[in-house]
Amino acid sequence: MKIDRRSFLSFLLGGAAGTALSPLPWKLTDDSSIWTQMWPWTPVPEDGEASYVNSSCTLCPGGCGITVRKIDDRAVKIEGMKRHPVNNGGLCSLGLSGLQLLYGPTRVKTPLKRVGKRGRGRWEKISWKDAVSEVAKTLGDLREKGQSHTVGFISGSDRGTVPRLFERFLTVYGSPNLIRTPSIIDSYELALHLMQGAQALPGFDFENANFILSFGSGIVDGWGSPVRMFRANSAWRDTGGKVIQIEPRLSNTAAKSDKWIPINPGTEAALALGIAHIIIKESLYDAEFINNYSEGFEDWKAFVLGEYGPDSVATITGIDSTTIIALARSFARASKPLAICGRGQGTTPGSLNECTAVHALNALVGNINKKGGVFAVAEPDYINWPEVEMDATAAAGMQKNRLDGAGSKKYPFSRYLLNRLPQAINSGKKYPLKALFVAGANPLYTMSDSKAVKKAFDKVPFIVSFSSYMDETAQNADLILPNHNYLERYEDIPTPAGMPQPVIGLSRPVVEPQFNTKHVGDVIILLAKAMGGTLSDAFAWDSYDACLKETMGYKWQVIIEKGFWSYPDFVAGPREESFDTVSGKFEFAPKETGSLKPFKPVKIEGDKTNYPLLLMPYDSIRLANGAMGDPPFVMKSVDDTVLKGTDVFIEINPKTAGEHGLREGQLAMLSTPVGQAKVKVHLFDGIMPGLVALPRGLGHTAYDEYLAGKGINVNELIGPVEDPVSGLDAAWGVRAKLAKA
Amino acid sequence: MSALDNNAKEIAGDAGSDGGATSSPEINTKEQDKGPAGPVILFFIVGLFASLILGWIIFPKLLYSKKKQPIDFNHVMHMAEVEDGCESCHFFREDGTYSGVPKLDQCIDCHEEIQGDSPDEIKFVEEYVSKGREVPWLVYSRQPDCVFFSHVAHVKVAGMDCVTCHGHIGESESLKIYEENRITGYSRDIWGKSIGGFKKNTWDRMKMDDCAECHRKMTANIERTGVKTPTKRLIDHLVDVVSPGTSMSEKGSSVQTERGACFVCHK
Repeated sequence: MKIDRRSFLSFLLGGAAGTALSPLPWKLTDDSSIWTQMWPWTPVPEDGEASYVNSSCTLCPGGCGITVRKIDDRAVKIEGMKRHPVNNGGLCSLGLSGLQLLYGPTRVKTPLKRVGKRGRGRWEKISWKDAVSEVAKTLGDLREKGQSHTVGFISGSDRGTVPRLFERFLTVYGSPNLIRTPSIIDSYELALHLMQGAQALPGFDFENANFILSFGSGIVDGWGSPVRMFRANSAWRDTGGKVIQIEPRLSNTAAKSDKWIPINPGTEAALALGIAHIIIKESLYDAEFINNYSEGFEDWKAFVLGEYGPDSVATITGIDSTTIIALARSFARASKPLAICGRGQGTTPGSLNECTAVHALNALVGNINKKGGVFAVAEPDYINWPEVEMDATAAAGMQKNRLDGAGSKKYPFSRYLLNRLPQAINSGKKYPLKALFVAGANPLYTMSDSKAVKKAFDKVPFIVSFSSYMDETAQNADLILPNHNYLERYEDIPTPAGMPQPVIGLSRPVVEPQFNTKHVGDVIILLAKAMGGTLSDAFAWDSYDACLKETMGYKWQVIIEKGFWSYPDFVAGPREESFDTVSGKFEFAPKETGSLKPFKPVKIEGDKTNYPLLLMPYDSIRLANGAMGDPPFVMKSVDDTVLKGTDVFIEINPKTAGEHGLREGQLAMLSTPVGQAKVKVHLFDGIMPGLVALPRGLGHTAYDEYLAGKGINVNELIGPVEDPVSGLDAAWGVRAKLAKA
Repeated sequence: MSALDNNAKEIAGDAGSDGGATSSPEINTKEQDKGPAGPVILFFIVGLFASLILGWIIFPKLLYSKKKQPIDFNHVMHMAEVEDGCESCHFFREDGTYSGVPKLDQCIDCHEEIQGDSPDEIKFVEEYVSKGREVPWLVYSRQPDCVFFSHVAHVKVAGMDCVTCHGHIGESESLKIYEENRITGYSRDIWGKSIGGFKKNTWDRMKMDDCAECHRKMTANIERTGVKTPTKRLIDHLVDVVSPGTSMSEKGSSVQTERGACFVCHK
């Protein structure tokens, strides 16, 4: 029999018929459709037992309570904690995305020691034992040489047990150089200290206020405790509360406010005094408060009446005098007025004059330590550790002046002046910094004039980072001792920013540590024990957790169950006891502040001829700009008029753009006296002519591919400007020029 | 004569003329008249049977790989020890979610020490219990990732028996070989033992058609008897989603939505 073509075709035909009659094609179709639904990158929800853990978010100073949903051992969702005094169930986009920080690729997984040149990104893994003994040896050597004061510590906070452990360690070791990262809180603390004699945080009773005069504060852009502010802002919509937003740029807050008043940048203090002028002139102030509880009002009154007439203020601020008068009247006549300051998220301290002028407005309407007003909230005094014993070396070290000049003759009232540190190191006039520790901060990214900061860091021979993530500062460290992520550790969170009554939040482990990390508190205790002597004596605790439990005492059980400790019966003391100044009264014009001198705008860097424009940074709730960078989810929410691809947009008024011959989307070169960068032009009617604005929070070189290399870090373009009284960074912007690229 | 036959003739003619160089035209004509039918039909039948054998017998053997469970398990013996039937180990959690295959936590009470002398028991205690490792059970009834199935709705609300879908696994003394589909990675039990998809019992297959079969039957019953209709149930459900707390649901399992309804069924 011959197999010819016909036979073959017939065979195929038979095969086709048989295949169609067999389950093969149908089963393969079904299986391949299932196969296409199972790509390895398709996220599959965990299956298992659901549970919830109450904790606190520490990604910003807001201190929101969080409830984390878990499936078995995996955290799958972060939600706001119901009935928490700060956020009552709400949460911001950064807080919601926290799991990407926990499980994401930017974690430092084990202690790392630099190999090769600093910043090259070459590391070797070392054991915790070796890491701690290496630090102990370096610190021990410095101490032996009598150079204990050359050790510095930059911390994101100075409140709560963890920062207090840092402080305790430095004290017994012998260095005065604990430095907190700056914010508007610095200026407020100083204002409260000088005007009310209080060592306290500012607290604002937004929930009971109904007329908010905001000098550029980003109420819905992340100022204070962001979620609390969102809620307050929504509540004002319902209750008829008014928000007046004063700032040169139409921010989200300005757009959502009842009235937006554009002002010449940096002249807010003059406007505050101009408003005071009208209130005093028309006798709209709270005479009862002024007469009984204030000091220096007459001098201040004379000064304000003499210098700040509506016309001269109109010239300075660019706001017409009728608006100023109307504003003053509506503020003073409102039943619960409240004035606040701190630009954007309050990232920079700003000028002290501005803060005292705004605070004085609250005093004028008798709004101090009163429902709907400003409170001086002392830190809850639950940390009562035994006194430390200092040896001679420690005592000698603590006698040395601080490297940043805080508390010096020039700036006697300031507590921390991180902005002055790079210059102090670079000039080498005082003493060199031989070792630097960084915890809860990312100074190489957040400090202005990044180049100078980098130069200063390069001069420090030994840098240790406690960061959980490979951030810019960790990248440039010699040793990284990674802390547990915030969802893996215990920590107390005393009174979040702007709360009018004390609260202690508790951050607690939601999941087991995912990597070979250690609680920074434990590392400090281990370090102290390794160094022996008085240091070891001062840190008798077995572990940080034991220390925290012991510190909290009877509060521990409650805080574990509820997730926070509040003081529901907290009432501000009677007016007679509110002020701890020399006079025992509210000081309108403390002489230390030089507040009776005529307003002088902050002298920002750059001259007008070479740099005809003004550049100011702006803050957005969609861009984390502190020690933390945006996780991928939040990055996705950034508008493409802010960032497109890797290009950042600079906001510019169409009129100014026209003068420069720039069109929408065009590339331009932005130069300031500090640096230059390529930007894309975005025409925006909501910004004053002559002003350009860039967002904070971009231009990271560290973190993951979703964040790194996108846009530019505005801190590379702006330098710090020292406030003459506080020494804090008063810069709100910098002069700039824009040219076609 | 149909067009197809014409074509066939043409093809046959072509084939004949191709072969013309080697054989005489007479023989060729003869073959064309009666010869081709035999081999053509034979080849058709060979092809047909070969592919049928391939599809029905060889294909399933190639498609599934056989895997043994990490350790054996005797359901009968355990059923004798517990009081609550299947739910003693395959229980529902307080929030209504279903625990599925037991974890070590449930075994550890009895199996902290080795019970008896079976090699599987020794392996279980030594390899898993004492090391705190979960047993990587191969789950016969695991559905693809995208399938959302709520046990509580079927077992607690509709009062169905485990056997209806899972068969008499509770009466088995040892675990059968797990056949894994090489393409999808899921168990053969989902499609069913029969490659043709035929079934005798409700538990022979677990594809969507099998769900639909039962759902259709139930819907028809309900409509006939006028008991709670699916429409009514849907409306109840929507009321619960739109204004939580007004109808049947208690405090939900989500802190944020307070809606139990979503998480009971939409898992």
